[in-house]
Amino acid sequence: MARLIAKSAASGLLPIEIGTVTLTEETPAAITALMPFAGKLRALSAALKAAHGVPFPGPNRSSAKGGTRVCWSGLDQAFLIGDPAQADLADHAAVVDQTDAWAVLHLEGKDAAEVLARLTPINLGREHFKRGHAARSLIGHMTALIIRTGAQGFTILIFRSMAATAIHELDVAMRGVAARAAVQSSP
Amino acid sequence: MRITCPLCGDRDSREFSIRGHETYLDRPAPDAGEAAWDNYLHLRDNPAGETAELWYHGAGCAAWLRVRRNTLTHEVLKVDLVRDLTGGDHAD
Ligand SMILES: [Zn+2]
Repeated sequence: MARLIAKSAASGLLPIEIGTVTLTEETPAAITALMPFAGKLRALSAALKAAHGVPFPGPNRSSAKGGTRVCWSGLDQAFLIGDPAQADLADHAAVVDQTDAWAVLHLEGKDAAEVLARLTPINLGREHFKRGHAARSLIGHMTALIIRTGAQGFTILIFRSMAATAIHELDVAMRGVAARAAVQSSP
Repeated sequence: MRITCPLCGDRDSREFSIRGHETYLDRPAPDAGEAAWDNYLHLRDNPAGETAELWYHGAGCAAWLRVRRNTLTHEVLKVDLVRDLTGGDHAD
């Protein structure tokens, strides 16, 4: 019988470190899309809080408890990232396992925002896009979910089939930002 | 051009794709007749000035939007979620 080897989306491609920035892969146990039924947002949010410690987020927001994050991901939709969803959430929402559909990348470091700004059209300024804020937008031509996790950190969800392209694009941006910093610091 | 999505906020136009005039919200009944269907599918004004169109925020929240804008100035005047105009389902 064939022995199957589980591979993560960025297997063999990460981590990379260039200049002040590192790009690593996160491998949450589960990613679950939660799409509340009509009129069921409050009930879902209460069930979510009871089961996972986090309420259903408003647009462009996320919150985390322990190793589990719930993140707004579109019109009447959020992703539960971390713990597998408790079964009772399905009383209030369409619950869809998307664990293997996404590559989860983490960009961290002093120039992380400068790197990301080369690839996404959203305003990443710290006064505008704060810790816990989330956005559906683009990385190059790829749709993405971008979460600011800290002053110098971003978690980026990309369709798994585009993981290698996204990592390549981020790698080029990291090199560009590092090269510019080297030129500016040389006499 | 930038469009302020009611959910996502101020965004670059590359995140959106256009469907066409808001006429598409008023789909005729199946038996409305040839003239009504001809108008719905094919006949459009080409205003130099204000118009209202359907745009899809495909690289954002995946909502359909009605965008009132000025074709001469590219000014975006008003943006609504289509479901709010048509009585679509809400989770809240
Ligand atoms: Zn949007």
